[in-house]
Amino acid sequence: MKKLLVCTDGSVYATSICDHAAWLAKRLDASIHVLNMLEPAPIASFQSDFTGIIGFDAQQKLSDELVALEQAKSRVAQSHADVIIKAARAHLTESGIPDAEIEAEARHGTLVDAVADFDPTHDMIVIGKRGEHADFAKGHLGSNLERVIRISKHPVLVAARAFQPIERVLIAFDGGPSARKAIDYACRHPLFQGLSVRLLCVGSPSSAAKLELEAAQLKLHDAGHQVEVEQPNGEPEKIIPEVVSRENIQLLVMGAYGHSRIREFFIGSTTTALVRTCQIPVLLFR
Amino acid sequence: MGALPAIFGPDTALPRLSDSKTFPSFLMSSMTYKQQWFCNPVRDVVAGAVVALALIPEAIAFSIIAGVDPKVGLYASFSMALVISFVGGRPGMISAATGAMALLMVDLVKEHGLEYLLAATLLTGVIQAVAGVFKLGNLMMFVSRSVVVGFVNALAILIFMAQLPEFEGQGPLMYACVAGGLAIIYGLPRITRIVPSPLVCIIVLTILSISLGWGDQDLLRTVGDMGELPDTLPVFLWPQVPLNFETLAIILPYSLPLAVVGLLESLMTSTIVDDLTDTSSDKNRECTGQGIANLATGVLGGMAGCAMIGQSVINIKSGGRGRLSTFSAGIILLILCVVLGDWVAQIPMAALVAVMIMVSIGTFNWSSFRNLAVHNKTSSVVMIATVLSVVLTHNLAIGVGVGVLLSALFFAYRISQLLEVSSELSTDRQTRTYFVRGQLFFVSSSKFADAFDFSEVVKHIRIDVSRAHLWDLTSITALDRVVLKFRREGAEVEIVGLNEASKTLVLRLAQHDKPGAMDDVGAH
Repeated sequence: MKKLLVCTDGSVYATSICDHAAWLAKRLDASIHVLNMLEPAPIASFQSDFTGIIGFDAQQKLSDELVALEQAKSRVAQSHADVIIKAARAHLTESGIPDAEIEAEARHGTLVDAVADFDPTHDMIVIGKRGEHADFAKGHLGSNLERVIRISKHPVLVAARAFQPIERVLIAFDGGPSARKAIDYACRHPLFQGLSVRLLCVGSPSSAAKLELEAAQLKLHDAGHQVEVEQPNGEPEKIIPEVVSRENIQLLVMGAYGHSRIREFFIGSTTTALVRTCQIPVLLFR
Repeated sequence: MGALPAIFGPDTALPRLSDSKTFPSFLMSSMTYKQQWFCNPVRDVVAGAVVALALIPEAIAFSIIAGVDPKVGLYASFSMALVISFVGGRPGMISAATGAMALLMVDLVKEHGLEYLLAATLLTGVIQAVAGVFKLGNLMMFVSRSVVVGFVNALAILIFMAQLPEFEGQGPLMYACVAGGLAIIYGLPRITRIVPSPLVCIIVLTILSISLGWGDQDLLRTVGDMGELPDTLPVFLWPQVPLNFETLAIILPYSLPLAVVGLLESLMTSTIVDDLTDTSSDKNRECTGQGIANLATGVLGGMAGCAMIGQSVINIKSGGRGRLSTFSAGIILLILCVVLGDWVAQIPMAALVAVMIMVSIGTFNWSSFRNLAVHNKTSSVVMIATVLSVVLTHNLAIGVGVGVLLSALFFAYRISQLLEVSSELSTDRQTRTYFVRGQLFFVSSSKFADAFDFSEVVKHIRIDVSRAHLWDLTSITALDRVVLKFRREGAEVEIVGLNEASKTLVLRLAQHDKPGAMDDVGAH
């Protein structure tokens, strides 16, 4: 049975993440593994003792004090995590996922390390576009988002703030390997069954990309999807959001971070820009 | 997680240093190099200042131990701290001129002078850097806890003993000042915890000495009497030694122990800091960092240094966590020395002695006395042997060598006790089966041989080694000899289970891919 890794931090995105996970689980017939990470604080605890001396057994005493301080903090964090996990489980059960298919836990460590550990045994990752700092510095993305997408070998669904029923899907195609992966996934799994699929290739593609586009169209057709193709000119970062709002799309599918690091350094990442501007969930392939 | 993600998060499309696939070696836990510098800026600078104030007397005192000008130790502490803050593997750990290293340099300085010391420092740096590159930091696993405790205790004893010569030929004023200094150091924290008490001790004693004219009347020795202090920033100096094998022959016997002691103390200290801050660090990177720092120190006219346990604990205690604390300790130390040079020259040695006694008291592991009664005897013997060999030779490397050797021998002896040979006679009294269980290696071979009854007359002998483990050539030879002896007496010998027993002869046990293979080895 397929397994979804759902990363939540109990923020405003938590309910939407669970809704998206439930939608995926029902379509893919997958079980859900909810994960809340208790990240280690970069500076766990402080001493404000400027006496500058080391007395008898100074090291042991210092160690005991620091451990006691951190234990107190961690207990608070643990009870917070308890609440988050219970809420996630309750929400998923309400959405109709049977209890046997929900596994919910909190773990110590960083999210990126946990994703790296769990990636081999899971089939897809669901993560919120932002998290507990969603209301600070609006317009930014979550701090873990890019690293989680880069580190995972499976598709990543970036959940938007609110869940809407998904009926129209847009696949942004540029002929690259991750975009082709997206097409293959759509053909092999019943994820988009019964949904209206639109294939979009922005800009003037090379002849190789044109061939790929036609091949993709054929593949999707063979898999039983009604595909509409659009090939507008322009910049993907501008055109894709326009298409999304014009065609009332509820899910964007695309390859992630396909460009070289140098291009990203100078020009910026298309993926980041699109995830930021589009207010809909994005399914990313690498 | 606080505000950190908002500051350091991916809000632009810049390539991320934190991408664990491209820069794994820069990570301390999950922090990027930049985060290791600026995760705790204000507290780091303050902690660095507290550390620098205690580092000054220590650097001066250690220079005097080594027999060089205080200038050398101060420049060394500055450059070690500065360079390590950039290239070290353990943020928050303080490296400077240390007593452990100073004690090894005494003879070199006495016989050949400062230039050879600088050359030895350079060579130490090279050796340490190479050790880091070849991941020799992993050899720390052979140093047991008893040896570490012995090292630390011996270091504390040596630091204390190095203060005793300061009392020679000095009147009661010296003793009174030291006692007063210690009173301030230990007494002031009971009144207030925001001022470093060693600083207050030094200031008070210096003011008393100047106003009451103790230094001028030669009643009390001051720092200025011991040698030159830095009056400029350090300059690049290449050691004035001939570049030939003779020089190498002179400095290598000093550089090697210096490198070993430096790495040992640095790795031990980094483990302590790891535990206090609940973060991990790259040990091999620290080794290379120490090497680079010593190379820089050598060309800046400083003596070799390493990490300091006492100062690192003070740093953590004062709230320092990142690389900025080490950096600010070095910078503040140098600024204070260069700017306040004239005042530093007037500090009475009594004040330094008091600070150093405080350091030695704090470094000594007092609970090891209590533990002598509680821990098992072999660990205590190892610890005491380490301490004694260091105190007798003034060489921490020798002490650690003795300690490691003893702990290895004790371990081998105790495992050799895990050998049991039982036997049973068959019902027709013609076959005796010997069951060998346990670990068969060089130490237990004689016990193995003695377990067989060669005077019994029996037609068949069966030796069942399927529950035993053969570890080396001696064990095979021992088995062979038993077999031959039985054959000589006319018995037929059969060995059962040799395949299972000799699995442990293969050096890479981890290559056995049968699940449970390791359980088999551990079984009695």
